[in-house]
Amino acid sequence: MAIFLNAESRIIVQGITGSEGRKHGARMIAAGTNVVGGTNPRKAGQTVELSGRSVPVFADVGAAMAATGADVSVVFVPPVGTKDAVIEAIDAQIPLVIVITEGVPVHDTANMWAYATATGNRTRIVGPNCPGVASPGKSNAGIIPADITSEGRIGLVSKSGTLTYQMMYELRDIGFSTAVGIGGDPIIGTTHIDCLQAFQEDPETEAIVMIGEIGGDAEERAAAFIEKNVTKPVVAYVAGFTAPEGKTMGHAGAIISGSAGTAQAKKEALEKVGVRVGRTPSGTARLVREVMQA
Amino acid sequence: MDLFEYQAKELFAEYGVPIPQGKVASTAEEARQIADEFAAVKGDARPLAVIKAQVKTGGRGKAGGVKLADTPAEAQEKAAKILGMDIKGHTVHTVLVAEDTDIAQEYYLSFLLDRAERTFLSMCSVEGGVEIEEVARTKPQALAKIPVSPLTGVDHAKALEIVQAGGLPAEAQAGAAELAERLWAVFTDEDATLVEVNPLVYTGDGRVIALDAKVTLDDNAAFRQDWAQFADPTAVDPIEARAKAKHLNYVKLNGSVGIIGNGAGLVMSTLDVVAYAGEEFGGVRPANFLDIGGGASAEVMANGLDIVLSDPDVRSVLVNVFGGITSCDAVANGIVSAMALLAERGEAVRHPIVVRLDGNNAAEGRRILADAHLPLVEQVATMDDAARRAAELAAAASNGA
Repeated sequence: MAIFLNAESRIIVQGITGSEGRKHGARMIAAGTNVVGGTNPRKAGQTVELSGRSVPVFADVGAAMAATGADVSVVFVPPVGTKDAVIEAIDAQIPLVIVITEGVPVHDTANMWAYATATGNRTRIVGPNCPGVASPGKSNAGIIPADITSEGRIGLVSKSGTLTYQMMYELRDIGFSTAVGIGGDPIIGTTHIDCLQAFQEDPETEAIVMIGEIGGDAEERAAAFIEKNVTKPVVAYVAGFTAPEGKTMGHAGAIISGSAGTAQAKKEALEKVGVRVGRTPSGTARLVREVMQA
Repeated sequence: MDLFEYQAKELFAEYGVPIPQGKVASTAEEARQIADEFAAVKGDARPLAVIKAQVKTGGRGKAGGVKLADTPAEAQEKAAKILGMDIKGHTVHTVLVAEDTDIAQEYYLSFLLDRAERTFLSMCSVEGGVEIEEVARTKPQALAKIPVSPLTGVDHAKALEIVQAGGLPAEAQAGAAELAERLWAVFTDEDATLVEVNPLVYTGDGRVIALDAKVTLDDNAAFRQDWAQFADPTAVDPIEARAKAKHLNYVKLNGSVGIIGNGAGLVMSTLDVVAYAGEEFGGVRPANFLDIGGGASAEVMANGLDIVLSDPDVRSVLVNVFGGITSCDAVANGIVSAMALLAERGEAVRHPIVVRLDGNNAAEGRRILADAHLPLVEQVATMDDAARRAAELAAAASNGA
């Protein structure tokens, strides 16, 4: 069954005629994803050739949905236009919009989220600044490499792209139901908690891996949620134990200020509610193997 | 990007947020000249001016970085003491010379991101002038937290709601609300993630003004803002500046193992794993954070190696790449060309380089590196073992030196 994304998902790409949209649109199709169209208001009516398929370009998300029955949009529109692209998707009431774009101003993200909430939360937003959602063997929406893992029973939620890939690769023999890259920005649409809840309800997911990072208190909040609501085993990893205070490490969210948001505080909060926390990515993979054999 | 107090106040002034008169000085003589100007207007008012160290950290007052002066001569003397001072690792290069304010009451007001609720937040308190974390801990009921929707923002009614929730007395509410409305304009129009006034002051003559100012701007919004005047060449590490010019995401740390990796999360994790492994070798630590991103071309790899090796503390380098979008053969070719490119530039690599390649096309990548027979490059199969080997080599080089 997987979460958010399955074999029936019909996907469009906002920004399909740009270089990133083309490259990753082609990769998604090559991975067996059902990419049914894309948008670019200036190129409506044309088609783009991606991985041997002619993909139609529509003026906007509403037109693309009407013509193709699309239910997922993947956004590659550059930061200057990201907010408008997401609001267009929300207005069209597409069920899921995945925002890959990196470098979106946080005021724009706050606006998108407020707009989605004010209009009844009909559209789930994943990202921005995220690698996307992959349900191996079913569908791949975003930039997660399709050939590094297999279909299986682990659910994964992560703030970090390459750590997600590393973990999917280390546990490729067991495989994944769905991996969700939620992104590392200070404000994101879908949180660790949203994914934990979905994995808890997904009969195909047996264990959950959660990858966090320094900054904010999302992991601490996730710990409180796990204590009350999650009965499946959860294994976690937190990056940034040795990161110095006050330095931004690439992700806008990955900055420690004061005592809040340290990796140690996150680890302690998670362990207190029975989540096993790995010291390294490979150590975390070993813990997953242990809980799945138990 | 954090602003200095004087830069934040320049922004405030543009938006009509009331601030005390003041100018910035980088020498004691300049501080005296500014105080002379105050004296010409204010006569022999006592105190005449306040001299404030300009550093991007808190606790200036406690560290002796804020002093009152009664005369221009005293302003010069106090500025001379403050300039060059070290406050929590920040050297004072400039002081703000501001007119003294007749403080009747001190409040607190800010706008910031509420990450957990995915919205904006205003915080307001009648208990200002002290560390707000202290108020939050000891008197949480005195600190009002009012959510602000990005869609509706702060109009006069909302501003009044904020200052009333903070418990500000009736006589200060109108002035504080007007200031809050203007501060909100700074927050949104300048793409700030934090705008904080502590203290917000009610003066003896009934005005409400921002006595201090703290502003953090969202770097992601630089494309639509003009922030050139906020550049701070004194704060940037020279290697970080060179890295930035080459569009590399580099942060200087204090260890001896140079780190190159792809993806912020993986690189952060690599720093941890190297520090853990380094414990075994007398506390060897990572020398830097460097994320070369998704597409590691030969040129990017050469620039990355060049930057990392220009740090004189580096004794070994760990290249930790997981091939996701990029396949490992491209990364391996990048390393081989980078070594040649650096040799051509006359900057031949002298330190050992430990490489761990995994993921897409890893076998081919490893073969390319092995066939290149680079004497300083050593391949290790896993991230943990590679980190351990890089730490070991750094420790050996340090001991041998």
